[in-house]
Amino acid sequence: MRTTFIETLIDLAEKDERIFLLTPDMGYSVLEPFREKFPSRFLNTGIAEQNTIGVAAGLAKSGKIVYVYSIIPFVTMRCFEQVRLDLAYNNTQVRLVGIGAGMTYGTLGPTHHAYEDIAIMRAIPNMKVICPGDPIETKELICQTYDLDGPIYIRLGKNGEPNIHKNPSIIEFGKAAELIKGDDLILITTSNMLETGNIWVEEWKKEGVSVTLVSMHTIKPLDQKFIEKLIDRKLPIITLEEHNLIGGLGSAVAEIIAESGFTIPFRRIGINDKFSHYVGNHNFQRKKFNLNEKPNLDTLFKKSI
Amino acid sequence: MITSTKDLSKISKKIRKHILKMIYASQSSHIGAALSIVDILVVLYFHTMNVDSKNYADVLRDKFVLSKAHASSALYATLVEKEIIPLDYLEKYCVDDGVLPGHLDSTFVPGIEFSAGSLGHGLPVAVGMAIANLQLPNSGKIFSIIGDGECNEGSIWEAIMLASHLKLSNLTAIVDYNKFQSFGMTNDVINQEPIVDRWKSFGWDIFEVDGHNFSELIDSFNQPQSKPKVIIAHTVKGKGVSFMENKFEWHYKSPNQEQYDLAIREIDDQN
Repeated sequence: MRTTFIETLIDLAEKDERIFLLTPDMGYSVLEPFREKFPSRFLNTGIAEQNTIGVAAGLAKSGKIVYVYSIIPFVTMRCFEQVRLDLAYNNTQVRLVGIGAGMTYGTLGPTHHAYEDIAIMRAIPNMKVICPGDPIETKELICQTYDLDGPIYIRLGKNGEPNIHKNPSIIEFGKAAELIKGDDLILITTSNMLETGNIWVEEWKKEGVSVTLVSMHTIKPLDQKFIEKLIDRKLPIITLEEHNLIGGLGSAVAEIIAESGFTIPFRRIGINDKFSHYVGNHNFQRKKFNLNEKPNLDTLFKKSI
Repeated sequence: MITSTKDLSKISKKIRKHILKMIYASQSSHIGAALSIVDILVVLYFHTMNVDSKNYADVLRDKFVLSKAHASSALYATLVEKEIIPLDYLEKYCVDDGVLPGHLDSTFVPGIEFSAGSLGHGLPVAVGMAIANLQLPNSGKIFSIIGDGECNEGSIWEAIMLASHLKLSNLTAIVDYNKFQSFGMTNDVINQEPIVDRWKSFGWDIFEVDGHNFSELIDSFNQPQSKPKVIIAHTVKGKGVSFMENKFEWHYKSPNQEQYDLAIREIDDQN
């Protein structure tokens, strides 16, 4: 996704000279092509994230559209108040591009993991939150949103994510993307769990369970109308995210279900409010948090019904 | 551009009286911090900066970022004297259904370059504005007042490092060195000395002045620069009202009727 990001940004920067890229000293082997093409529109602001966000706001107030690139914790949590005030309160055209959704940086440990970012970013007024599920969504959403007013948080994986979408035309900022339609169950994924969700849906299909697959790539503004339509289908709904169960996709969907007046079976799958103390790569971490194997549906829903 | 110290002094007195009235009427805080930056603001807005009621939204204007935004009343009063905001706004400071909040909100108030209030935010933003302007021909200069207590914030020093690294010759920071912060004397809480050597070692041009002396302020602003400039302005918290000067409690207190009347008389009686 990060390669797609930088290629897309270079294309946009060729067309729009307002685009500026900052990094608090991250992006080795990724950002160089942008730096080479647009040296006066690229700045390594050093390992100083608070200042970086303030500088981004100052540039944006001067007419630039500023992308700030780093690993997720360092563009969201380290500089949270600057994000809240300099970007959101001042409503500046700054885009935070966070790499390493969930436990992407597996062996680096929780300092470099990110499972609280969606919750804190979506709680900020004016902030928009985009969580692409594959490189196609990454490109589409960056192109569709680059000149929107106000700040945007873009949550990316890292590299090597496969393309899941076959038809990019269904990808629209602020709208859920329904990739597969099924009759027994609805699975809503966000961010880097789209690939896993897609695999699960295929596996369920072989077992005779027909599952709808939705990519909720825009967490804010959330596509409330679409979720209400899903509720109308009267099917069980599962949300799937590599994020804490508190405050992420599952919480956002639950809020709409709770106020809908309907009772439907609903389960959230995500990280159960724990830091990882496991040593291992991304895939290993996911296994430890039960995010790799699809759940047994009887067991999953029996608990509540 | 006003160069006569007598004329600048007249404007300062008007602004101090506005501030007193605003804070008395709303019974709000931070009068000491506002009074200490008045003379700096007067020199910036009436002598040094290219900004007025006609060009305050032009791309090429000079820009001012108040980093210690709890002194907002001083900036509002200055913008009134510049005729950028109307006089009756001052009655709408820190009151219900008001227009001017205790900390800066640029959304509905012209002339405020950036919404601020939490410390350590303004200087980084000013650095961003300076970077943008350096790439723009005939662009304006960027000025930012930061508090001495505010220099406790790490983000200030992050901004100081980057500004000097980039040789931002269009950026001037002014430290309002009034020696007081929220819960103690500045140098008792975290010693800022040797403040001049610190900034110098970070690669800035330094000027140390009396922050209430118009000639010294004007001279320091007039000095040409090839890198970022800092003016260490020795100021008096509560300046202009004898019973507020260097009194810790006037960081928070607001005057009662008697104190307000006394303060106004004192300012009127000053030369």
